[in-house]
Amino acid sequence: MNAKHTVAKVRRPEVRFQEQIYLIEVWKGLVITTRHLLVNLYRHLSVALGRGGPAGSVTTQYPDDPQVTAKRSRTRHRLLKREDGTPRCVACMLCETVCPAKCIYIQAEESPDVMVEKRAKTFKIDLGMCVFCGYCVEACPEDAIRMDTQFIAFPGMTRKDLIWDMPELMGDVKKDPKPVKAVDPLGPAAS
Amino acid sequence: MMACCETACPLWVDAAFSAVKIALAMGFGLQTAAFLTWVERKQSAVLQDRIGANRASIFGFKFLGLFHILSDAIKMMTKEDFAPPQGLKPWHTLAPIISMCAALMCLSALPFGASVELFGRSWNLTPIPLEYGVIYVLALLSVGVHGVVMAGWASGSNYALLGGLRGAAQMISYEVAMLAIVAGPLYLYGTLDLAQAAAWQARTWHGLPLWGIVLQPLAFILFLTAGAAETKRAPFDLPEGEAEIVGYFVEYSGMKFAMFLNTDFLESIVLAGMTTTLFLGGWHLPGQSHLGLSGPLLAALGVVVFVTKLMGVLWLLMQIRWTLPRFRFDQLLDLGWKNILPLALVNLLVTAWAVHLFS
Repeated sequence: MNAKHTVAKVRRPEVRFQEQIYLIEVWKGLVITTRHLLVNLYRHLSVALGRGGPAGSVTTQYPDDPQVTAKRSRTRHRLLKREDGTPRCVACMLCETVCPAKCIYIQAEESPDVMVEKRAKTFKIDLGMCVFCGYCVEACPEDAIRMDTQFIAFPGMTRKDLIWDMPELMGDVKKDPKPVKAVDPLGPAAS
Repeated sequence: MMACCETACPLWVDAAFSAVKIALAMGFGLQTAAFLTWVERKQSAVLQDRIGANRASIFGFKFLGLFHILSDAIKMMTKEDFAPPQGLKPWHTLAPIISMCAALMCLSALPFGASVELFGRSWNLTPIPLEYGVIYVLALLSVGVHGVVMAGWASGSNYALLGGLRGAAQMISYEVAMLAIVAGPLYLYGTLDLAQAAAWQARTWHGLPLWGIVLQPLAFILFLTAGAAETKRAPFDLPEGEAEIVGYFVEYSGMKFAMFLNTDFLESIVLAGMTTTLFLGGWHLPGQSHLGLSGPLLAALGVVVFVTKLMGVLWLLMQIRWTLPRFRFDQLLDLGWKNILPLALVNLLVTAWAVHLFS
């Protein structure tokens, strides 16, 4: 071990006299806040008068205005079907195994189709526990589970309402409110 | 005391005029305090790139969230009026009344305008014209301490008591500083009468209005600082500290709590009025002699000018409140005793010296 190790000196900012008397700093702060106030007032006024321009605030008034999410956001899960309408899931349990939130519950049963062998009897996802990491989608060898975009509003009055079973996950039972507005974080050119 | 009319006029005219003036001043204070709750929300929201409270509506008509004042009042009045069983109920009730009454009484001493000649007599537009108005206002501001301490003591809660003690320490410290600060300008004006102090500043020097802020800039800054501390406004809101510090009115709810809240706003208005009177020339508008106004019109202009200046100071206080972080308690006392008080005394000495040199 090298005995001569150097210690990096961190330069602490020194409190100078003009900072110590504080009045100049107060003045600088007031300039910043007043600039924000005036610029935002001008922008609010400009929007209110119908002249457009940037909005005066970054607030999304959610129940009135649609929630804006990224275009590639990962939201609710969807179980896909084969061409004959049966679920693609073969109950291999990979998604349940990989799930970090342990929110997937699968019960397997024998499939009547001998080429499929296994299928899910129940496939439940507790969306109240899900962290929307997308590992289940990555793990699935059958492309049976995917995630929709822009469906972030799935409210329930009880915790049980947030546990979705196969009909809801496959879209046979509609539980989706209207989809939210999509915005591409990379700009319109990237889409 | 106030000289009554020169000509013989019935006493009831004076009494009625006085009552109307006081009612108007208090009404102005209460209305402005209610309005300030809206200003505080909206100003902070706009300067932080937010929108602010805008959900209250009547028939879908929101009007910039102004109905929140109304909904706040309804909420406060219909809430449970809780008195802690371990506390002292009569004093628990009395504390907010003392605080608010003291602040309201200060308002009546502010000189809203000059005298106006009408109907063959002089009408003084100051609600309570006093020869010692400055002392009156400062004394009543310190009566507010009684409300704070009483609230802390009567709540029967150790946290409230500590908050009350903090409030007492802070307000008494800054009262001493306040007196030392106003001594400078008052020595210059040679009066304790607020109306005369305002009238003194109407003089100009080569077109420059000789307002208190021009002649006493240090006292102006110190007065605003000490005043914000005296009225418990941020960045000196250590006695109550909204959500972060358990303050003296922790055991209060409903309208009594709202009275404490209103007291802070009322004291801000008093502070703004005092600043306007002592440092911003009161009702004086530079160049108002060129407007050719006289009589009631000039007096009305004076009232408008005074209120406008008062609102400007209130805006500045709000802006400071949303700019600066809160002081620590030791920093607060250090600022008061070790910085503001010596500076104020130096200011007084220099003022006295200069007055004797130039007068």
